[in-house]
Amino acid sequence: MNVKLMVVAGPPSAGKTAVIKNMIRHLQSHMKVAYLKVDVVVAFEDEELKEEFGIPTKKVYSGDLCPDHMGIMVVRDALEWAEEQGADVLIYESAGLCLRCTPYITASLGICVISALSGTHAPLKMAPMIALSDVCIVTKTDLISQAEKEVFRESIRKVSPGMDIVETNAVQGTGLRYLFRLMDSAADIGDASAAELRGIPPLGVCTVCIGKNNIGWQNHFGVIRRMDDADNIYRGE
Amino acid sequence: MIGRHAPISITVHPGTAKDGESENFNPIDINPGDTISIVGPTGSGKTAFINDIEVFAQGDTVTKRKIRVNGEVPPEEFVRDPARKPIAMITQNTKCLADLTAGEFLRMHAEIRENFTDNICTRTLELANEFTGEKIDADFKMSSLSGGQTRSLMIADAVLISDTPILLLDEIENAGIFKDAVISRLRSFGRAVIFVTHDPYVSMLSDRRIVMRGGEVISVLRPGDAEKEALAAVRGMDETLSDVRERIRAGEIIGGGSA
Repeated sequence: MNVKLMVVAGPPSAGKTAVIKNMIRHLQSHMKVAYLKVDVVVAFEDEELKEEFGIPTKKVYSGDLCPDHMGIMVVRDALEWAEEQGADVLIYESAGLCLRCTPYITASLGICVISALSGTHAPLKMAPMIALSDVCIVTKTDLISQAEKEVFRESIRKVSPGMDIVETNAVQGTGLRYLFRLMDSAADIGDASAAELRGIPPLGVCTVCIGKNNIGWQNHFGVIRRMDDADNIYRGE
Repeated sequence: MIGRHAPISITVHPGTAKDGESENFNPIDINPGDTISIVGPTGSGKTAFINDIEVFAQGDTVTKRKIRVNGEVPPEEFVRDPARKPIAMITQNTKCLADLTAGEFLRMHAEIRENFTDNICTRTLELANEFTGEKIDADFKMSSLSGGQTRSLMIADAVLISDTPILLLDEIENAGIFKDAVISRLRSFGRAVIFVTHDPYVSMLSDRRIVMRGGEVISVLRPGDAEKEALAAVRGMDETLSDVRERIRAGEIIGGGSA
């Protein structure tokens, strides 16, 4: 399949859409772009981008389902849809809710967007989302001092020592030349049926997942934990 | 070497103004030891100008300016590797890092900058305390520092820990610090310093003034001896104002016509 897939993940309000607008602006000069947004209840990005750039866009609501689960389900269809639209690139923007899930896919460009305002320890809390990406875009760097920028950068490097980090004020697009360079050298997805998730999503076999809303381990079965033995079940790094 | 970095010379090439027209100025060279002020009304593009220098703009910022280092496109590590970056910038913003103490912050930054000079963190705190009347302790949380303390710490951090040949200071005078002490210390360290400022005294102390309007550089002045007398007068006024400011802070009523 001659479509490039670019997966953009990151917490809400990190500036994913602002980064994507810059990506589209850059790509449009030499490629046709399609866009998929997966969100939970409400999203406007698809309409906004369609109007601003005149590109084919799609939106999928996950409702009560985990949005990254939904993304995993629909992304192959979306690639086919993008190909039908004659697109060279599909940009898939995640809902950015669970920082444990990493929607990055093999043979895609995984772009993690986090805000410089989210605190020095934030990268550690979002470790899988950062570590499994190809490039980490730090937004809103115009709002902090240079020394703080450096400390934040180091915090990302703790999670992922070789991570490619790009600092930007995404509203203005400052510094994104390094992201554009990666985008321009990204490979096509190739055989979509061979593409896989880079990380294993959190274990999801329990009574919470099937909609039982009681609290406390006494009310559940499957993957349960009491406070005293609530060890990490952190897989997929 | 200036600090731990080789001396560099930076050239700012014109870009475009807010109305989309090309800027009309000769490329501006910034060499070691220079002091430059950037002046102009609010919104005239002063901060954008030093931002261009800080990110080594290559026509990819809103101003479309290009920065050359020693006449060439700067190497990528100047921009992307903090340990190699020859510029330290201090902005008006210091909002995060709520989860660190001043001592932890300095230690972490010294590691990132690969600065292993003896007692670097203690010396930085001592220098910071020359700039502020309210003493900073290594145990203080970054989030509990006052504006003046934060700014003092950031300036000392830029001089000693970042230890770069070029410093960019965005409106340092607004934060309750001893600006005379700051300027004389910066001079004594021999760095190129660029101030964004609304302060007449800071502007007049600089060798060059870059005047901004509507997003573009409209002139570059070298007042030299022409302002010598005026500078002495402004220094006197500045001292008077500082004195009145301190007395007001101390709760005094200011009597008499000459303060």
